[in-house]
Amino acid sequence: MQLTTLLLILAAMAVMSFMVGRQRAIGTAGGYRQIKTLHSLPKYYGYYAAIWCGIPGLILIAFWLAIADSVILDRVIESLPADLRNLPESQLSLVINDIKNIAVGQFASPDSRAELVVAADLYTALHSSARRILSGLVILLGMIGLGIAWLRLRPELRARNHVEGMVKLGLVLASTLAIFTTVGILASVLFEAVRFFQKVPVTDFLFGLTWSPQTALRADQVGSSGSFGAVPLFTGTLLISFIAMLVATPIGLMTAVYLSEYATRRVRTWVKPALEILAGVPTVVYGYFAALTVAPLLGDIGEFLGLEVASESALGAGLVMGIMIIPFVSSLSDDVINAVPQAMRDGSYALGATQSETIKKVVLPAALPGIVGSTLLAVSRAIGETMIVVMAAGLAANLTANPLQAVTTVTVQIVTLLVGDQEFDSAKTLAAFALGLVLFIVTLGLNVLALQIVRRYREQYE
Amino acid sequence: MAVEAVRQDITEELGRTDNKVDLPSMSELASYVADQDTESGSEADSPTVGDYTAADPVMTVRDCNVFYGDTHALIDVNLDIGRNEVVALIGPSGCGKSTFIRCLNRMNDTIDIARVTGDLRLYGDDINARKTDVVLLRARVGMVFQKPNPFPKSVYENVAYGPRLHGLASNRAELDEIVQTSLERAGLWDEVKDRLEEPGTGLSGGQQQRLCIARTIAVSPEVILMDEPCSALDPIATARIEDLIDELSQNYAIAIVTHSMQQAARVSQRTAYFHLGRVIEVDTTDKVFTNPGHKLTEDYVTGRFG
Repeated sequence: MQLTTLLLILAAMAVMSFMVGRQRAIGTAGGYRQIKTLHSLPKYYGYYAAIWCGIPGLILIAFWLAIADSVILDRVIESLPADLRNLPESQLSLVINDIKNIAVGQFASPDSRAELVVAADLYTALHSSARRILSGLVILLGMIGLGIAWLRLRPELRARNHVEGMVKLGLVLASTLAIFTTVGILASVLFEAVRFFQKVPVTDFLFGLTWSPQTALRADQVGSSGSFGAVPLFTGTLLISFIAMLVATPIGLMTAVYLSEYATRRVRTWVKPALEILAGVPTVVYGYFAALTVAPLLGDIGEFLGLEVASESALGAGLVMGIMIIPFVSSLSDDVINAVPQAMRDGSYALGATQSETIKKVVLPAALPGIVGSTLLAVSRAIGETMIVVMAAGLAANLTANPLQAVTTVTVQIVTLLVGDQEFDSAKTLAAFALGLVLFIVTLGLNVLALQIVRRYREQYE
Repeated sequence: MAVEAVRQDITEELGRTDNKVDLPSMSELASYVADQDTESGSEADSPTVGDYTAADPVMTVRDCNVFYGDTHALIDVNLDIGRNEVVALIGPSGCGKSTFIRCLNRMNDTIDIARVTGDLRLYGDDINARKTDVVLLRARVGMVFQKPNPFPKSVYENVAYGPRLHGLASNRAELDEIVQTSLERAGLWDEVKDRLEEPGTGLSGGQQQRLCIARTIAVSPEVILMDEPCSALDPIATARIEDLIDELSQNYAIAIVTHSMQQAARVSQRTAYFHLGRVIEVDTTDKVFTNPGHKLTEDYVTGRFG
């Protein structure tokens, strides 16, 4: 029986249990007129029965999906001749692949032996019998569940509380899913990063000044320097982020002050959505803009001033990235400035302060923690930004503080290391995970710090 | 007139004629009552009872009208505030007391839809004129708010804020002097002299309100406006503020909005009773509370409504 069919049958049984449970509840109460003698509404007894019928089966199916294949494979391997069974692990996995391919009737490697065909038959047979047993068990469990519900169903049974408990459990599971995903991502990055650090010492990675991740595939290969010093990448990232913040912080902040303190309501209703459109532009488009418009323009200006500007300068990427994060700074700061109570402004005005004095001396100081928090969030956004720098910043890992030269960033290097066909055990590809890990830690730290600051500020006025 | 009373009247009327007629719904009755009230408001149209002038006026207000959008919030208000005198403004919620004192230092400017007309003068200077500098006006007419609103700065900086804005001190020593005198006059110096650098928001509610008063008198105003300064405070803190108001009246003209009639009676020399945007009665506090000249005033001060 197919799994989908089984699930459909289980669902049908659950629906049936709902109706049975409901009718039974009405029956035990002594008819519709007496349902007020029940602890809960009849439908809750229905849900109660449906849960007893459906959930054990679902758990069994999940359990089967998790372990059945490996258990069956163990049996199949046991049945193999000794010479195949005792192969090293990597070759054994090839054999297993062959068996699975034969079992589903696909092309197997030409040197497959007759034993493999036998093993494949066994594999198929075990799978189908296991599925038959599963189907039987699930249906049986559903019936037993319904039976238990039937027996336990009395007017004084607190069906509503039981059902709500199950709903709550479902909500808890849903919310932990996101957390487990984050932990899983972190674990996978961490695992690969540890493999990288087995090949390259941590100190070389964190403090090395040269980044040149070409490793040799063969011993006699030329041009394989294989140097993994991440310092130029991080200085490059910091340089571009710094330029971006130099653009975004003053412009964003002044925008926020104008919008929240001076703009009339009409202006506000137009300008705020317009700024949010800026946040909605795909970063790829910013990338074109940086590479095709801003970079040549900077080159021309540089030429005019007698400066040498690289075609993929840090300045170009940083400027465009700054424009991209203006809406972050302005919109978060706007919220923070609006959260400063009107009473503060009134107090200042009543002492004869002008609007500008009130903003400078009362509103902005009061909003400062929140503004710092929003700026830090923007910084972590700038550090993690990828598309603009891939398109507009260079690949050369220069260790420089000159914004007119080309630099590269952590995100750019991760992309170039992983794009295309790669073997996933060389130091070159594993380096991407190490970079990712450090980037993750930095942005996580910034976010935690920013949220902490913002929260402390919020507590002050609520 | 209460809605129930009207319903009662109608029931009696109908009882004599036709029992089967449906009574009007409560909402219809409510609008009828509202109409009646507007008509009976014609007695409030008559000029203010009592004497709204002061012997030695600091501020004079004639024919002041305030509109919030289409709402006519203050109607033809006349009132003087005299030197070294405390004027209490009483009346039910929404009657225009706060609106009135916010006209006196043009705080209504901060509300977009507010429009103020009339002849308002501070020592003969037109408050409401377009060319009047609100910055200077507000330095001369200080204001204390209902909820204590110290700035999120140190105690010292809270008091020094106004003098710094207006350049009242040329050096740190003078500023220290101003801060100390202001805190002393606000009766707060002894409690905060060792914690001048701590945030003003960390003081108790009563201390915060006295800090706001100190902040106001630090710029040496001529008039102090107080908008229910004690409504967020406990009785002990309230008593301290009331004593303070009494002392301050030696030097300043004070207008205080209050919901507490005992407070009005304790601190003020004159009392103005506001009702639905009009000043119904102005007189010495004694007269207003013991022998009011208007029915509405009497109803209010005897606690019949409000």
